[in-house]
Amino acid sequence: MLLAAGAGPPVPAAGSSVADAIAEVQPKIVKIYGAGGFRGMEAYQSGILISPEGHVLTAFSYVLDTDSLTATLNDGRKFQAKLLGADPRLEVAVLKIDSANLPYFDLAQAAPAQDGDRVLAFSNLFGVAMGDEPASVQRGVVSVKTTLAARRGVFETPYRGPVYVLDAATNNPGAAGGALVTRRGELVAMLGKELRNALNNTWLNYAIPIEELRQSVDLIREGKFAPESAREPAKPQRALSLQILGIVLVPDVLERTPPYVEQVRSGSPAQRAGIRPDDLILLLGDRLIQSCKSLRGELEYIDCEDPVTLTVLRGQELLPLSVQASLKPQQESP
Amino acid sequence: MKIENWKLKIENCLLLVTLLAALPAAAAETVLSPSETPSPRQASPAETTATVQAVLKAEAERVAVMDKAKDSVLAIFAPTGAGGGSGVVISPDGFALTNFHVASPSGSAMKCGMADGRIYDAVIVGLDPTGDIALVKLFGREDFPYAQLGDSEQVRVGDWCFAMGNPFLLATNLQPTVTYGIVSGMHRYQYPAGTLLEYADCIQTDASINPGNSGGPLFDAQGRLIGINGRGSFEKRGRVNVGVAYAVSINQIKNFLGALRGGCIVDHATLGALAGSDQQGRVVVTEVLEQSDAYRRGLRYDDEIVSFGGRAISTPNGFKNVLGIFPKGWRIPLSFRREGKRYEVLVRLRGVHGREELLEKAEGRPQNVPMPIPKPGEEPKPPGEPRPGEKPKPGEEPPPGEEPQPGEEPPPDKPTPKPRAIPIPRPDGRPPIQVMPREVPMPEVVKQHFEKKRGYANYYYNKQNRDRTWKAWNSRANLKGLEGTWTLSGKLDQGGGEFTFQLTDGEGLLKLASGESKWVASDDYGSSLAPPMSGGLLPALNLWRRLAVVGPEEFGGLSYAGTRPLAGHEGLVDVLVGLYKGVECHFLFDPAEGHLLAMEMFPQEDVDPCEVFFSGYGDVEGRLLPARMEVRVGDDPYGVFLLNQFKFEKASPE
Repeated sequence: MLLAAGAGPPVPAAGSSVADAIAEVQPKIVKIYGAGGFRGMEAYQSGILISPEGHVLTAFSYVLDTDSLTATLNDGRKFQAKLLGADPRLEVAVLKIDSANLPYFDLAQAAPAQDGDRVLAFSNLFGVAMGDEPASVQRGVVSVKTTLAARRGVFETPYRGPVYVLDAATNNPGAAGGALVTRRGELVAMLGKELRNALNNTWLNYAIPIEELRQSVDLIREGKFAPESAREPAKPQRALSLQILGIVLVPDVLERTPPYVEQVRSGSPAQRAGIRPDDLILLLGDRLIQSCKSLRGELEYIDCEDPVTLTVLRGQELLPLSVQASLKPQQESP
Repeated sequence: MKIENWKLKIENCLLLVTLLAALPAAAAETVLSPSETPSPRQASPAETTATVQAVLKAEAERVAVMDKAKDSVLAIFAPTGAGGGSGVVISPDGFALTNFHVASPSGSAMKCGMADGRIYDAVIVGLDPTGDIALVKLFGREDFPYAQLGDSEQVRVGDWCFAMGNPFLLATNLQPTVTYGIVSGMHRYQYPAGTLLEYADCIQTDASINPGNSGGPLFDAQGRLIGINGRGSFEKRGRVNVGVAYAVSINQIKNFLGALRGGCIVDHATLGALAGSDQQGRVVVTEVLEQSDAYRRGLRYDDEIVSFGGRAISTPNGFKNVLGIFPKGWRIPLSFRREGKRYEVLVRLRGVHGREELLEKAEGRPQNVPMPIPKPGEEPKPPGEPRPGEKPKPGEEPPPGEEPQPGEEPPPDKPTPKPRAIPIPRPDGRPPIQVMPREVPMPEVVKQHFEKKRGYANYYYNKQNRDRTWKAWNSRANLKGLEGTWTLSGKLDQGGGEFTFQLTDGEGLLKLASGESKWVASDDYGSSLAPPMSGGLLPALNLWRRLAVVGPEEFGGLSYAGTRPLAGHEGLVDVLVGLYKGVECHFLFDPAEGHLLAMEMFPQEDVDPCEVFFSGYGDVEGRLLPARMEVRVGDDPYGVFLLNQFKFEKASPE
């Protein structure tokens, strides 16, 4: 129900109602059509106009992997779109269409949101809108701002940065690249791709804050973005390994073999840190370790020079143990 | 499962929130005023108090609206216990709307629970298999609480709305669940499964619509009925809401309501032409059927469709939306452009189905299960997702009828798809529920209001409306039983000279200054369309006389066909359709005055009818009779007859 007028609260000035905000945002939303169209890979997604001359912010995905990329504006005009560049690390891309005087969001003006903020999501979900049909609008609340990286192994995504988690089912097929805005119509974030939790088969609805994307987007627009730096997950050249640490785990025979320590080589960094046989490794840094395999995988992200904290379960005790690998790992002793 | 007080069930969008999501957000949603989030600046204490009061007032208003709305909501349970859904009462005498795919497995009778805690018997009245709507009638009260019909044309994206119903068949205590959201999109087009369950021009909402919500109401913030919920986009996440659901707009339903009330199985329309978008994004005709009225009115390949049904057309979806909301047989304005010139015509819409085809589909015979339209992006289910037919998860009420009962296996020679417990159509075009209902004795009150006849959802209501319409006419025209010769005379308009019609049961004669034309009845009225160029005025008037003289029962093949617009007439008019001696004749009556406003005689399919418009009704010796009779065929006027003398003989001279 809308508020009765004249009730006396700090009613915002006329022109800032939700309906007006929606009317203001719609012309800045773009429907993008490209590759896909088979096996659950929709050939469409969403985008946001970020310049009057036709720069379009969108999610970096297989949809863009084609020479015939089309962008349809809110007024129904269709354009061939060119992929200017992408930052795969952030799963963000910038397209360019040939136009002028378009309504757009200025990324420099994007507003951060806080937990509990009420927001609107605009997207080309399920491809239900065609031509000049307006994008779908959903309402939701920012449940929390958190970091996706904490869930590596659970969410298969290269993006590891902060996200707004939403209480509404916003991340549907085709919604990626859509806009998350305040109820005043200010841009807050870009809707992410569909993301399934590998553990419990639920789906995460999230959006990537504009401030995380701004730098890459600006570099792409200026043509200065260096795709080499985009190789994420960034593994260090010389990564840590169990061998360097001097830990031998139990034989990895199960799908998820619990990472019990079988043996600690003498004189190894692990021994110096106080790790013992039969310890169960639970955490590497702040990351939950569920199997021998995941421990090996996680170590590949850590430079062998960096100290790490292994949290182990010994009997009933949780012990955080700090391990510093030495510069010369080749001193293996039998 | 004991359910919460309905007021608390404001939000169930949290289903999909993952481990990461913080839960308390929903609380903020229910108390904040919808107009604006608080501004970050510090509010003065006075402002804070005012805001709090405004929020509480808005909340109280919302609660009051929902409290009233819930009284009209139905929890529908099929008598066999095989599934169910939701519905909403729309009149105090108990007419209620639900989905075709909810009503259809129930057979002709069903049980409807209401928030007053009572269960009412109900009977099927009308069916719209293509539009996925059914009209039912409840018995037991004359003062049912009912929902006020809104105007879905006024609904705007971003408007608050709420759905009520029986999701997951939770309403075992008959109290509806309410889910709240906004209108996410208007004029959406969702493809049918084959030719059934098309959601054209529908309302998209992010209010949670789940299996079991089907057939239930979508209300606007004031509690006016704006749509009937029935469909969602589900795809790979299993059959629970993903924030994308669709409701049939109430304005579409209003177009079909007359025929639904008349016990019909209604058909939707096609133009007889296909449209697509061309390189420039215009919507152009890609194919046109030469038998169609659109072709006869001049529509050709590659013409640009500018507007249709009063709406500007800019996308193929927009074109299909207009087609989807009108019943077969309606005449709708079409505007098209060719070589820079614009043409405005009125086209008569064809049916989507042949008559038999529609009946078979409405009955849901397994061999006629519509083939799903393969959608681009068909998705293999990811591992770990519940498969169809999987047992409900713990804590979820197993829907009634989920397990096949022993002894009700279908005969082995007729493969029957397994009944779906909670019917809801899938956007991927899975066929609608096809159930073999167990025979359950029909309650007495339902028996009294149900008459089975092939071609009708419930012939009882067809007869009621047919007789009502005819009686309203005859009580004023008073022509019944005048079986002798009818002589009507007067002058043609614009000084066209005198005329005389002589009509008997088997013959018709028109005398004009220029000569006379005679017509003799045969077994095929369409074989002789005298006088020339009239499209068959004499056989048409013979049928007009016949309808007046013998009445609806003896006419032969006369049925009520609902309502439709008539050019030059405000509002919708009642239509009787007669099939007699090889021709189809439509009689259009003013529902308020009872007058016969027009008749159309179709000598055969796919040709222009002879149209006769009656007007200027006045009293002639105790009979209300028309003073003016305008005759047209196709785009051409035939003549305007100004009647000033009537002579009706009681019986034939011999």
